[in-house]
Amino acid sequence: MTFFPECPLPLDEYPRVLLAHGGGGRLTQNLIERVLLPSFDNPFLAPLHDGALLDVDGGRLAFTTDSYVVQPPFFPGGDIGRLAVFGTANDLAMCGARPLYLSCSLIIEEGLPMEDLWRVIVSMKEAAVEAGVQVVTGDSKVVERGKGDGVFINTAGIGAVLSGLDVGSQRVQPGDEIVLSGSLGRHGIAIMALREGLSLDAAIESDSAPVFPLVEALVDEGIDIHMLRDPTRGGVSSSLNEIAGKSGAGIVIEESRLPVGPEVQGVCEILGLDPLYVANEGNFLAFVGAGQGERAVEVLRGYSLGREAVVIGRAVEEHPGVVIMKTLIGGERIVDVMSGEQLPRIC
Amino acid sequence: MRYLDEYRDGDAARKLLDAIASAVTQPWTIMEVCGSQTHCFLKYGIDRMLPEHVALIHGPGGPVCVTPVEIIDQAIALALRPDVILVSYGDMLRVPGSAKDLLSVKAEGGDVRMVYSPLDALKLAREHPDRKVVFFAIGFETTAPANAMAAVVAEREGIDNFFMLTSHVLVPPALEAIASAPDNRVQGFLAPGHVCTVTGYVDYERLAERYRMPIVVSGFEPLDLLQATYMLVQQLEAGRHEAENQYSRSVKREGNPQALAIMDSVFEVVDHGWRGIGVIPRSGLRLKGPYARFDATRAFSLDTVAAPATESVCIAGLVLRGIRKPVDCPAFGSDCTPEHCLGAPMVSSEGACAAYYHYARQEAAR
Repeated sequence: MTFFPECPLPLDEYPRVLLAHGGGGRLTQNLIERVLLPSFDNPFLAPLHDGALLDVDGGRLAFTTDSYVVQPPFFPGGDIGRLAVFGTANDLAMCGARPLYLSCSLIIEEGLPMEDLWRVIVSMKEAAVEAGVQVVTGDSKVVERGKGDGVFINTAGIGAVLSGLDVGSQRVQPGDEIVLSGSLGRHGIAIMALREGLSLDAAIESDSAPVFPLVEALVDEGIDIHMLRDPTRGGVSSSLNEIAGKSGAGIVIEESRLPVGPEVQGVCEILGLDPLYVANEGNFLAFVGAGQGERAVEVLRGYSLGREAVVIGRAVEEHPGVVIMKTLIGGERIVDVMSGEQLPRIC
Repeated sequence: MRYLDEYRDGDAARKLLDAIASAVTQPWTIMEVCGSQTHCFLKYGIDRMLPEHVALIHGPGGPVCVTPVEIIDQAIALALRPDVILVSYGDMLRVPGSAKDLLSVKAEGGDVRMVYSPLDALKLAREHPDRKVVFFAIGFETTAPANAMAAVVAEREGIDNFFMLTSHVLVPPALEAIASAPDNRVQGFLAPGHVCTVTGYVDYERLAERYRMPIVVSGFEPLDLLQATYMLVQQLEAGRHEAENQYSRSVKREGNPQALAIMDSVFEVVDHGWRGIGVIPRSGLRLKGPYARFDATRAFSLDTVAAPATESVCIAGLVLRGIRKPVDCPAFGSDCTPEHCLGAPMVSSEGACAAYYHYARQEAAR
């Protein structure tokens, strides 16, 4: 007889997994903290960073994995293949590591046009060159028609932590300045506009891109980086809340400083979304030492990917664990974790 | 961004706040009727920037919040049928019925789909002639014309696998119910601009006169709400009770005649239940005449089963009527959160409880 310990997510709350459990908001957090973390409990997993930091023979490696299920698989500014390479490479960069090696595991649905598969693979190949990584191992499985959604990709990655660099939420302290390296929400809105069939004057392109060169430039310039995070699923608000929660610092951001392009803003207004909760794939948040924010921005703006970089706020002693935004009109409000998926309002 | 930035300008906001502060000489209690207005007040922190003498009470909010449990249960029952595709606006999917919500039904295998427009529901009906497509048509007067249009198109094209489960409600009867209640505290209304874009505000002039309460039709951006609040307190201080229009860039006194005509040709006014409030006479819309055949309650012979009475500490009904604030509820933020809610205002993106939970929880704790 097999013994199943009681599921720590009470069944009366959620007898089945909902899409929102994968949305990057509070339900995802619950899933990780109540089901996954206690099950695999160990000191490498515990910090719940973008990757694990492993000391090996005097060097420090970063190790991470991510699965890609984006629908539609081809979108303006990228495709599932590019995403699968850059996303994992960026998670390594967020550990302060130079991305080196990737695995590639494909789950393909029977009937997928071979042409589509080829496009994805060619795209991964080009993205790997761009990100400076090699795909060194992999696997492929085919599932029956109807049991997948075209193609799912999992990539795992290994990177070498830049020497002397130590990033983690435990290093965040009051006074830290928060730099955002690029404008908000382009990836999520590109996908959503496509899904909803919005016809726009100019298609919004995903910002999907490798960010490691920008991280390296900050390190080379001697910027004291305390924490890095790429605000993918759940957007900037979810990332900031996670960092505030883990570091115990309070966070204050200024609405007037948030970089949001007019196309993204426009689609958000139409669909009733908040760009703070929309996914990004080519920017990152850097917590840098007090007084170093503007210098960091200057460095980032030397790169086309970082040309919209800006200091959006800072860590503070007050309201520990809580993210507050100073609004455009001078008020204040909490920036909360998203509770489920962002659903459009009706009026 | 044009047409947005000018309504979110910090300097202009401060001027209006100063103007409100100098106009007010005594305490006033005002209600913003629409949930989007509540969210704007809290999202920009305006509620805490207003002078102490101006107390905001949050109104019935969004149509999602006031859709009766019984109708949500009907939608859930339909969604569980293998021959049905249930189509809804996204906001409705998370609102709890008596046992579960539509998102859970979707996870169980029910075919539940989200659309932005009723015409998308019609498209699904054309694409799936072998299935019955039921559109969960809810809303205030804002969505009623577009939903009426779906029925007109279905009739014209002879689409016979398209149905509507309607829970359409009308704002003026609800304001009347609030204004005439013996425990009413509201002294003036900020009326919903989008509703009035369709209906105009002639009805609101009658209400203002009858209950001797000022009403200002307001937009949804921070400066709209501040200006409308200023207009309202000026009326209150001067002892006037008129219906005024702050949202003149969108609202005309007579409303939108085409939209009103199509509503009138498709729907008839009936008594309707409001979740947390009860039945309000002549406050709902039902498909009529040749369009009645699209009514899902008839086509599927749905019974209205009264939701089982449950013991709950939830005070949603009092919140929806403006008698209590969300933070007055003992379950707020503990037993009731957007992930596991006891009442609809916590889960709807327009609900007052959700607005407090997302934007002002800290304030509530202080």
